[in-house]
Parts: sequence; C-alpha cells; structure tokens
Amino acid sequence: MTTTAGGTGAALLEVPEVGPSAPAGGPPTSGRRIPTTITGDKGALACLVFLAIVVLMAVAAPLITKLSGWGPYQFDSAAINSDLGGVPHGSLGGISGSHWFGVEPQNGRDLFARIVYGARVSITISLSATLLTGILGVVLGMLAGFYRGWVDQVISRLMDFLMAFPALIFMIAILSSLPSGNRPVLLVVVISVFGWPYLARVIRGQTMTLANREFVEAARASGAKDTQVVFREILPNLRGSIVVMTTLAIPGFIGTEAGLSFLGVGVSPPTASWGQMIASSVSWYSVDPMFFAIPGAFLFLTVLSLTVLGDKIRTLIDQGEAA
Amino acid sequence: MTRYVLGRLGSVVLILLAVCLFTYLIFFKLSPDPAVMICGKTCTPDRINSIRDVLGLNQPILTQFWEFLRGIFAGRQYGSVHCPAPCLGYSFQTNESVWSMITARLPVSITVAVGAAVLWLLAGVIGGLVSAVKQGTWWDRTAMALALGGVSVPNYVLALLLQYVLVVKLQVLPFPSAVPFADNPVLWFESYLMTWVVLAVGYACLYARLTRSNVIDTLSENYFRTARAKGLSGSLIMRRHALRPALTPITTIFGMDFAGLLGGALITETVFGLNGIGKMAADSIAKNDQPVIMAVTLLAAFFVVIGNVVVDLLYTALDPRVRVVSS
Repeated sequence: MTTTAGGTGAALLEVPEVGPSAPAGGPPTSGRRIPTTITGDKGALACLVFLAIVVLMAVAAPLITKLSGWGPYQFDSAAINSDLGGVPHGSLGGISGSHWFGVEPQNGRDLFARIVYGARVSITISLSATLLTGILGVVLGMLAGFYRGWVDQVISRLMDFLMAFPALIFMIAILSSLPSGNRPVLLVVVISVFGWPYLARVIRGQTMTLANREFVEAARASGAKDTQVVFREILPNLRGSIVVMTTLAIPGFIGTEAGLSFLGVGVSPPTASWGQMIASSVSWYSVDPMFFAIPGAFLFLTVLSLTVLGDKIRTLIDQGEAA
Repeated sequence: MTRYVLGRLGSVVLILLAVCLFTYLIFFKLSPDPAVMICGKTCTPDRINSIRDVLGLNQPILTQFWEFLRGIFAGRQYGSVHCPAPCLGYSFQTNESVWSMITARLPVSITVAVGAAVLWLLAGVIGGLVSAVKQGTWWDRTAMALALGGVSVPNYVLALLLQYVLVVKLQVLPFPSAVPFADNPVLWFESYLMTWVVLAVGYACLYARLTRSNVIDTLSENYFRTARAKGLSGSLIMRRHALRPALTPITTIFGMDFAGLLGGALITETVFGLNGIGKMAADSIAKNDQPVIMAVTLLAAFFVVIGNVVVDLLYTALDPRVRVVSS
C-alpha cells in the first residue's frame, strides 16, 4: 500500500551503495505535489490560512496580547455588570474596541487573550503528543513487524491490552488521582500511552508485508545489516502512512486535550484552555452565548482544518501510489 | 473453530485480568487512603484501623487483589456484611452496593447506545452508499464535506449547541432526563433524542466516508463488472455484489464502537445529565470513589474485549475468505 512503483524501483537500484541519496526514497514528486495541490484548492487553502493564524497566535501569544492590550489573567471589573451577577456590559458578550472577543462573565478576563493563550496550550500539547505517539508507534510497530516471534507477541499483547482499556475513563481517572506535577507533561504522556497502539498496529502490518518484498531481500543478499534494512529500505516506504496517520492524529489529540480540560482534569485553572472555557461557559450560555460560541468555534475550526488537510494529504499520497 | 474460540476466550480472560490488576494497583495504591475517605469528619485512629481491617487493607496488595477477584465470582464478607456473588464492593460515598448501582444505570446507557447506533448506522451507511453511487455529483461533494465537518465537532460542543438552540431558545425539546419508556413514551423519546443525535453524528460521518470508499472500491472490481455484463438487475447487483463486501469492514468497526459506547458515554451523559454508566464514572472520579471507578473501568473493558471477539466471529461468518486455520 505504501510502496510506490518509483520508490521500489529506486530502492532496488540503490541497494548496494547506501549513499546519501537513498534515504530520500519515495516518489520524488510528492514533496512538491502536495503543497501545489493544496494551495490550488480553495477549501484546503482556507484551512491552511486558518491554521497558520492559530499557530501564529500560539507562537507569538505574549506579543499579540501586548498589542491587544489585555493579558490572559487580567481582571477587568469595568467590563462586567456586577449588579447582574457579572454579565458583560454591552451586547455580544462585551465585544468592543478594547476587548476584541468580549470578556469572560463574572471576572472580566479578556476572551481574546485567553483564546490566544489557549491556542498555545492546544498546539503544544497536541504536537508533543503526536511526536511521542509517532515515535512510540513507529518504533514498536516496526520492531514487532520486523522481528516477529516473541518480540511481536509481547508488543501485540501490550497493544491488545492498551486498546481494551476504556481510554477516556482511564485517562480521567489517572489524571484526577495524580493531582501534583506538571499538568501538560502528564497530559501528553497519558494521551500518548493510550494513543500509540493505533499507529503501531498499522505500521506493524505494513512492515510485515514490506519485509517480504524483493527489494528487502535484495538488500539482504547484498549484505545489508538489520539496521540498514530498517532505516534505508523499510522506513522510507512507511513514510506515506506515517505522514497520513500522524496528520490525522493531531486533530484527535486537540479534541482529547480540550475534552479532558472540559471535564476538569486537563490543564489547571489559571492557564487558559479552550476546553476549559467551554466548560465554564455552560452555566452562562443562556445569558452570554458568545462566551460559549467563541471558544467552541475556534476548537471546531481548528479540528476541522486539520482534518480537511489530513484528508487531502491522504488522497494525494494514495493517488501518488496508484500512479 | 472450537479451538480458535477457546483460544480467544482465553486471551479475553488474560486481558481482563491484566486490566483488573492494573486498575487495582493504580486506584488503590496511588490514591489517598480509602479508609480515611470512608471515615469522614468524625474520625479516630481506632475507627480508621477497624475500617482498614474490614476492607482488608492491612493485607499485602496481592492478597487484597485476590480477595477482590474472588468476590466477583464467589461473594465476599466485609466484617458482618455479606456481599453476594458479583461483589464489586460498596461505594465509599453512598455505601450502596456497586453491583446494584451498575444494574440500575445500565438500562440508561444501553438505551443511549442502541438509539445512537441505529441512527448512525442508518444515516452513515445510506449516506455513504448514495454518495458512492452518485460519485462526483454535488450531492456527493456536499455529503462528504458535511461528513468532514461532523467528524470535527467535539461532541460536548455539539451537545451544548443543540441544548442551547433546541431547549433554551426554541423550546421544542425538554431538558433531557432519564424518563422510563413505560411512563411516558413521548417524553422518553424527546429526552433521549438529543443524546442519540449527538453521539451518532461523529460515527455517522465516519461510517458514511468508509461506506462510500468501500462501495467505490467494489464498484470497480471485476466481478462487479461481470455481474453487470451478464445483465443482472441494478438493485440485485447493488445488494449482493456491492453492498455485502462493502459492509463487512463496517461490521468490524461497528462492533467495536458499539461495545465502547455500552461502557458509558461519559461526556455526553454528563452534559445532558442522564444518569447512565458514563455519568456514574464521571461522578465517581470526581469524588475519588475507588470501588465505583474500578467497576466502571472493568465493565467498559469487558464490553470492548467481548465486542472484539464477537466481531471476529461475525467476520468469519460474513466473509468466506476469512476462515481461521487453527495453528
């Protein structure tokens, strides 16, 4: 599935001299084709632009909030009506020149600043979790698929075991019973521990098929060691699957982080998180729907953009393989 | 075949045991002392000690675990209280038997899961099928764009949105509550409707995409062309030659998803305040009620593992190409 006619041929030719050109592998066009096709598609381009904005917000959060004038932890009691229990002044949840997205009811924290800092949490946690899941999934999946035998048995049983776990219940339970420590790191670890088997399962299966292909045999016949076979022959052919699965995993992790924060076991309170904002909007949404709508929209659009792009990349890689 | 089934059941037991042990260690070792939690405000060291004695907390951890396991099958004695056969202990919060808490809440979770499953299977498979047949038309493109959107909505966002629009603003639905069907069928339906929709949307979109790509794959198979060439009627080809092979993979995923839901739709049940297994899990976690957390985790793992086996067996029945060679 992941091998391409071009890739296989190239690998076959390049087996004897494991030169610097070999690791590039795969179809030489895919690197250029994906960006050009995505920028040519209006929907995908819009998603890309939106994501760029979110990433920019995450990276430059302190700078942006300096420009907008309000930090994420600053209370603005002038922006809320304390006689009405803290409902923001003005329509649409207090959207104004100084508060671009309005303010939080009750304490008047600037929503724009909290969205910007929330993006930071979301992006950092989901990317770290993706990285960790990717490493665990690829390494363990390849080990199981390449060595078979007892290595495969151990890893496969571990995957069965982890996949049988009601992951959400367990994540919440673990996170709530371990209150101390660095929350974001804990989140990343817990998400990754339950996330890697899904990637590893695919990688394992594909490694098994690849390990029996002629070009691997040829590499062995010409004296390649195990590590060379794994890194020069098999890994480049798994690239497509790894790219697709990890791209499609990011939105899932963003959703999980937001979900855990929504349930109150994610990042701890003063830190802004979209899921947490949505959770606190629950008691306000009949009087201040914007407080729910803004973080909800950001969460939805971010997940949507990533899903659309991931889907696009998958289609392109599949087409590349069919060609 | 019998050997295969027995082997699978053996691994089921092993996985459940591992889940059980792992959960036990995490919740009874890492969490705060259960005896202190039960004891409450008027507490003396003596009382704590006697509670520890009754719960068997002074014994080594493996003995405790063994007692717990034995309790599930043979019942257990807590001091003077006898806990009958499927004994999962008593809630630290309410003193209620955990088993009876589960049996009381399971019907709600089953209602939620079954309703949602019917909805997402119908919508997903039909939507995907129509898209595949009308591949490339505006219907196909709209449906698939919507499906991507549906996959991307976090279910609590959708739940809150629906509740805001339908219950608070338009007032066409009541606030959800677990009304028994026999009391008031209409209210029962209205209460569960939003829950079903919220849970079904994500799955329906996934299934629609999957059905579509599977059907498109089969439509280009040689045997499909042969069937058409020998002049079989359109609906017969669709049913026998396109739908059946395309739906087999769906069965697999459906089994897993449905089994997962039976263990409680934690977020959705919590948002809508429906008192099922999922809400029980959320509540017990919030209050650190270890016996309940333990039971819910085990129950959910049980459903997933059993679902896995059922799916594998179904798969062999549905797809003649997959016959197990006992090795």
